[in-house]
Amino acid sequence: MAAPSAIGLSTPPSTVDVERGRLRLFAKAIGETDPVYTDLDAALKAGHRDLPVPPTFLFCLEMDRPDPFAFLTEAGIDLAHVLHGEQSFTYHALCHAGDSLTFESRITDDYERKGGTLRFLVRETRVTRGREPIADLGNVIVVRQPEARA
Amino acid sequence: MTPLTELREGDELPPLRVPRISRTTLALYAGASGDHNPVHIDLDAARKAGLDDVFAQGMLSMAYLGRLLTGWVPQDRIRSYSVRFTAITPLHAEPVCTGRVTAIEDDDGERRARLDLQVALGDGTVTLSGQALIALT
Repeated sequence: MAAPSAIGLSTPPSTVDVERGRLRLFAKAIGETDPVYTDLDAALKAGHRDLPVPPTFLFCLEMDRPDPFAFLTEAGIDLAHVLHGEQSFTYHALCHAGDSLTFESRITDDYERKGGTLRFLVRETRVTRGREPIADLGNVIVVRQPEARA
Repeated sequence: MTPLTELREGDELPPLRVPRISRTTLALYAGASGDHNPVHIDLDAARKAGLDDVFAQGMLSMAYLGRLLTGWVPQDRIRSYSVRFTAITPLHAEPVCTGRVTAIEDDDGERRARLDLQVALGDGTVTLSGQALIALT
């Protein structure tokens, strides 16, 4: 039986602080060699006011919520069956270490394919700094539901 | 390198070759990214989910592809960046990130390049395919 639709489920706004140390660790983890992302002097020389937040790190900050997968539980989904299908970023302004960013998201679509063996959840997240728009994130997750074939 | 103002449709970005992905790579990325999903770092959890082994986080490859962009233009020129994850990246893979200009267009009062992006493995498997819009002026 199909699960109830998750469309409209939303996560209340949460605010996270961007930290230099965390950005340096992320740079190391992705093999970043450009000093702009790790060395404050290099960042300042390049015209930044602090270490910049790299293009995909906003997704990571969103994971800093106390329970980042709560929306899956609410939608009746087991994390072990989840695959990341698509991810998009639309950027409005750069952000930097020292910024406080607010994340607010909701599920905008929920549908099944392949005879119900795959379920797709589409989630949109708006990132703001105070009232200033920073970015919009789009996330599609794919849930394997092999039992639907039975 | 070609100045951005002389960029043409069909031009290719200098490719980015990523060193072989190890279990350490995945553990570091899990800690740094905050994505603690155990199927990427815990063999027991991967097997329980019906997999033979752990596999790389999709967002790790998206971050590599992001490096292709920021290694080419200052980050504030990236207007949008999106990918589709088309295959799993197994352990010990050596991803190669590539990009190609598919259009030069005027939008929102600025000149922009539209890019097709890809991450592929040594055996030709495409693990990510994506697009980006880059401001040129």
